[in-house]
Amino acid sequence: MTSAAPLAGSSPLSTADAARPQIEFHGVHKTYDLGEVQVHALRGIDVTISPGEFVAIMGASGSGKSTFMNLLGCLDRPTRGSYFLEGTDVSQLDKIALARIRNRKIGFVFQGFNLLSRTTALENVELPALYAHMKPEDRLKRAHEVLALVGLANREHHFPSQLSGGQQQRVAIARGLMNRPAILLADEPTGNLDSRTSVEIMDIFQRLNAEQGITLVLVTHEPDISRYARRVITFRDGRIRRDEPVAERAIAAEVLPTLPLVDGESEENQD
Amino acid sequence: MDLLSILRIAGRALRRNKMRSALTMLGIIIGVAAVIAMVAVGQGANEQVQEQLASLGTNMLFVIAGSHQAGAVNFGWWAVKTLTHQDEQAILHLVPTVKAAAVQCQSRKQVIYGNNNWATNIVGTEPAFFPIRNWQFALGGPFTDQEVELADNVAVLGNTVVENLFPYTNPLGKTLQIGNLPFKVVGTLQSKGESANEGHDQDDLIVIPYTTMQKKITGQNWVQLIIAEAVSRQASTAAQQQITDLLHVRHRILPGQMNDFAVRNLADIENTAAATGHIMTLLLASIASVSLLVGGIGIMNIMLVSVTERTREIGIRMAVGATEKDVQTQFLLEAVVLSAIGGFTGIVLGIGGSKLISSLAHWKVDISTISILVAVVFSVAIGVFFGYYPAQKAARLDPIEALRYE
Ligand SMILES: Nc1ncnc2c1ncn2[C@@H]1O[C@H](COP(=O)(O)OP(=O)(O)OP(=O)(O)O)[C@@H](O)[C@H]1O
Ligand SMILES: [Mg+2]
Repeated sequence: MTSAAPLAGSSPLSTADAARPQIEFHGVHKTYDLGEVQVHALRGIDVTISPGEFVAIMGASGSGKSTFMNLLGCLDRPTRGSYFLEGTDVSQLDKIALARIRNRKIGFVFQGFNLLSRTTALENVELPALYAHMKPEDRLKRAHEVLALVGLANREHHFPSQLSGGQQQRVAIARGLMNRPAILLADEPTGNLDSRTSVEIMDIFQRLNAEQGITLVLVTHEPDISRYARRVITFRDGRIRRDEPVAERAIAAEVLPTLPLVDGESEENQD
Repeated sequence: MDLLSILRIAGRALRRNKMRSALTMLGIIIGVAAVIAMVAVGQGANEQVQEQLASLGTNMLFVIAGSHQAGAVNFGWWAVKTLTHQDEQAILHLVPTVKAAAVQCQSRKQVIYGNNNWATNIVGTEPAFFPIRNWQFALGGPFTDQEVELADNVAVLGNTVVENLFPYTNPLGKTLQIGNLPFKVVGTLQSKGESANEGHDQDDLIVIPYTTMQKKITGQNWVQLIIAEAVSRQASTAAQQQITDLLHVRHRILPGQMNDFAVRNLADIENTAAATGHIMTLLLASIASVSLLVGGIGIMNIMLVSVTERTREIGIRMAVGATEKDVQTQFLLEAVVLSAIGGFTGIVLGIGGSKLISSLAHWKVDISTISILVAVVFSVAIGVFFGYYPAQKAARLDPIEALRYE
């Protein structure tokens, strides 16, 4: 599934002139208080990410990756330390302001897709726009646009249960893109997908990153997948263990033709 | 989020569990229908009482012998024997707002005709009694003033007495025995049915001249009751006062002394009956509203279940930018939609039920617009009230916890 529509409104952004950091973590701690014990999920994270970067987060299970992503996505607030998003200290904002940031600035893609069941692909994609008070006609137009972007123009009225895992994840990506966010976060987006479908998803991410300059941060357990990013940050016990650029970056568009088509996953013979 | 979108989401959520939504609504439906039907029945009964009282003649006044209380001793009605025919004549001629009056004295006797006998009420009075009470004749007519003066043995029979003593014969002109005296039947009365408030048979009586009653049956020269008719309904309060003043003088009652009579005016009695009726309606309505309350609790219960079931959905909505207020509005609106649909169905059912009651039980029912309006407002209010807590619970969820919920 590489024959996606051209990316609309693309404004390529070179990473070189991104001087001002977009994301800044200063000594961020996250502690879960479970009464008897305290779980230190993050123990002092200092990191900066600039606009248009493509970062892969790796690390063992329980090392704090998801906790980091939740803070990054403004779903949660740090226990200690500060988080500046485009210059504003997010750790000081109230719940309404956080909801607004989640709505306008950040798209989130989950391992388990997290689509509303018994709700069509189109309506799932429209969801963020509902909370952004977008006009119905604009909303519909934009939903068509992003669904075409992820190559699902012909699946708009399907329910999640009628879609494959890869297709569901693409609906979720389209939903994440709905309100034109500056940052797209993905927590193990390919965790439930086979290898070819994973590469298809990485292709979408790479194109979004290159053509629209969207900042991408994704968590993965697979070193193969991390090679599609430009920078890899490795977590261990709630701390950043390593932070290094990708030496030999893989390009999904080049890898895909070399992979065999899985039966039943081709679009053409389903319609 | 705009209201239309929220309504659409609410509608979809309720359609997803049709059976459950329907059962939840049933509580409200039954509650609202019960309130409307009960109020309709109560109001109807009230109106019926009012109509029956009005048919008695709203200009009527009663002067009752005796008083409730004399010092510490309660003698009861008719314990004092000072009310007389002369009082009645004085009222008729000296009180300008009174246009007609008649005395009334009462006794209970065994009456016999042929092989039939019957115990009934004997009422002694004057011819003016019939028009004041608005009693119509079935056969014959009233006895005359002359017959009253001569204390003749003439009688007018109520319908129940006719049915019991003259099942197959025309009573007119026949002679029956009251106690051991012969009386000639000069008229029979039309049936009036049971009285609204006491349920006693208004047709079970014989009317005779009061003179005959006093001289030949009871041997008393006082009367238990004087009924008077005021010139108009408005005048009846004035008439009540004037009669009281007149009797004060006639009975030589000093200031501060207890009256040996009481004057009642039917307008007052009517008001009392209306007040009683309203209390009854209120009572019925409050019993019915208990079921409305139970219906509301049902809504709360289902909404709580729904919030738990849809924890993940709430998490997703929050993750893409729904605020607490967005989530709260969504769930609150769902509860209100449930209760409002239930309310409207209940109104239709309540009106239908009232009509059914009126046709099956032959009760008068009065479906009031106010009770319908109150039902609408109330059912929506119940949705808001009982939906608030579950909606609050949904809005307070932590997005991460909610997303992780299985
Ligand atoms: N809500 C919570 N309450 C208590 N402890 C938590 C909570 N969420 C995470 N933790 C703990 O914080 C630590 C980091 O968890 P986190 O989910 O960030 O790990 P992860 O790196 O994403 O792991 P995985 O690769 O398995 O997804 C773990 O020890 C976990 O048990
Ligand atoms: Mg994780």
